[in-house]
Amino acid sequence: MTLTANAAPPRGAAITARGLSKSFHGTTVLHPTDLHVPAGEILVLLGPSGCGKTTLLRLIAGLERPDGPDMLRFDGEDVSALPIERRNVGMVFQSYALFPNMTVAENVAYGLRVRGMPSAERKAEAARLLALVGLEEHAGKRITAISGGQRQRCALARALAIKPRVLLLDEPLAALDAVLRERLRAEIGLLLREFGITAVYVTHDQAEAMAIGDRIAVMQAGRIAQIDRPEVIYHRPRNDFVADFVGTMNRLAGPVREGRLILDGGDETRADLPAGGPDRPAILCFRPEAARPHAGPGEEAIRARITATTFFGATQRLLVEVAGQPLRLDLPSGLAFSPGQLAAFTIEGAALLEFPRTV
Amino acid sequence: MRTRRFDLLLILPLAIFTLAFLLLPLARLGVTAAGGERGAMAFLAILTEPRYRTSLIATLLLALATTAATLAIATVAAQTLANRRFPGRGLLLSLLTFPLAFPGVVVGFLVILLGGRLGLVGSVTKAVAGTNVVFAYSLTGLFLGYLYFSVPRVLLTLLAAAEKLDPALGEAARSLGAGPLAIQRDVVLPALFPALYTGGALCFATAMGAFGTAFTLATNVDVVPMLIYTEFTLATNAAMAAALSIALGVVTWLALMLARLRATGA
Repeated sequence: MTLTANAAPPRGAAITARGLSKSFHGTTVLHPTDLHVPAGEILVLLGPSGCGKTTLLRLIAGLERPDGPDMLRFDGEDVSALPIERRNVGMVFQSYALFPNMTVAENVAYGLRVRGMPSAERKAEAARLLALVGLEEHAGKRITAISGGQRQRCALARALAIKPRVLLLDEPLAALDAVLRERLRAEIGLLLREFGITAVYVTHDQAEAMAIGDRIAVMQAGRIAQIDRPEVIYHRPRNDFVADFVGTMNRLAGPVREGRLILDGGDETRADLPAGGPDRPAILCFRPEAARPHAGPGEEAIRARITATTFFGATQRLLVEVAGQPLRLDLPSGLAFSPGQLAAFTIEGAALLEFPRTV
Repeated sequence: MRTRRFDLLLILPLAIFTLAFLLLPLARLGVTAAGGERGAMAFLAILTEPRYRTSLIATLLLALATTAATLAIATVAAQTLANRRFPGRGLLLSLLTFPLAFPGVVVGFLVILLGGRLGLVGSVTKAVAGTNVVFAYSLTGLFLGYLYFSVPRVLLTLLAAAEKLDPALGEAARSLGAGPLAIQRDVVLPALFPALYTGGALCFATAMGAFGTAFTLATNVDVVPMLIYTEFTLATNAAMAAALSIALGVVTWLALMLARLRATGA
């Protein structure tokens, strides 16, 4: 569990799942999955569409019935037999799912109204939550009169109003434009930590996952491929799929002899990378930003022909070729490179990864 | 190129149609109604004379009952059928909307086959309980007949509205602790309101003016369209028939307008 230093004491429940699985019409969408989310943690389920992340979320919510004998506990209490109405979970949907026939404040107070809280009390509580998400000025407005970002904050306030044991968010920012998405994800991340609530957050956007998650579970074809802190997912992906899904990954394939992978393109390009281990055919991977311009003494790791350069502001991305294999390298934009030129680079040794061959 | 003159030209066919087939005959109808031996008092007679008044009240109650029952049945059915895919769904839908293909007379005939003197229900109750239950020629028969051809129309309207309803709305309400009744009251019915008003208004208007079914069944009851027919053809009281026609039109038109106001305002 990694809580930030200024986090509130956890107010949510720990989630423990054993063997949650789901199939629709004979197709397995989620293979039996174990999961533990400590109280107060924000876990992001990350993956492409169809990987089972939303199904896992809906199983935790109680919106889907799991296939087999399963177990789902909130803080030790078995909730697998409870319908969603009795699980006390807050939900935030991609489509906001706000009630158009109610005002902003009535939406936020709805869960309290259903619980029979007296009108004055629930109005005060709704006002408190609206202030928390910065919507106090919009309390009396219709849902259609506020913007997309405001709608999602209203939905968040509505979900938090019932003091849920667990907050579940299903692609909450996917319907917003890029600028708003970036701003809102920072706000939501802060708010969730302030609340100290246990949250499961589904997204297909890796930048969002990195920004919000205490831990990220990368999902692939109905299974959790890797679950760990964002830094570990990024720097130490367990397999090709995770590596490719989270950021850009370069691959160099070649024979390893005496612990080094050596490629000679015969066209003045070459690579010489430390691989270790026995002689074998191998694929070495590294991130674009692990490349450094080769300067001065010492062995260059890669001598490559530049095929294209793209200016990104602070950095530039080079498309280069080594022995016929393409690589993408990110370098400071102050350095001058031009297409057709031969250039030499070193790769940080610690950034080199080798995955077991999956295909 | 769009000019105001061109726009006027575009609505000209509708204007001619409305004038020739609606306003002019309606004006003539008004003149006829007022030109009888009772003059404009013919309109008052609808309310004062028991025969007319009873008929108007019966027709109103019948139309209201039909509308209420139709909306109840169609609302439940539409929610059950919306967003649910199962084998035979298309067949079921086409069966449910089958009554749309029948003219009112045929619907009346079907009700007689069910609840007439030699009807199915009569034969069964006679065999079981010894009494021949006949309901075809009463308000009950009319009600069933009207229900039969009203449900499909309203069902299609409501189904379209129910399919547009975001399933996440109900799920959000459930996550907040709402039970099925609260979800209906707070989420589903408010979302269906415009369709309920439109469908209900159409249903009411049709039930007020239905003639074919009434003609087949209404031997014991005089609904207003039947009354107009008898006044006109049998009693040759054109003025009274005209007054009744206008009264029927006004009541129905008011209902439609009310529905349109509520549907757009909701």
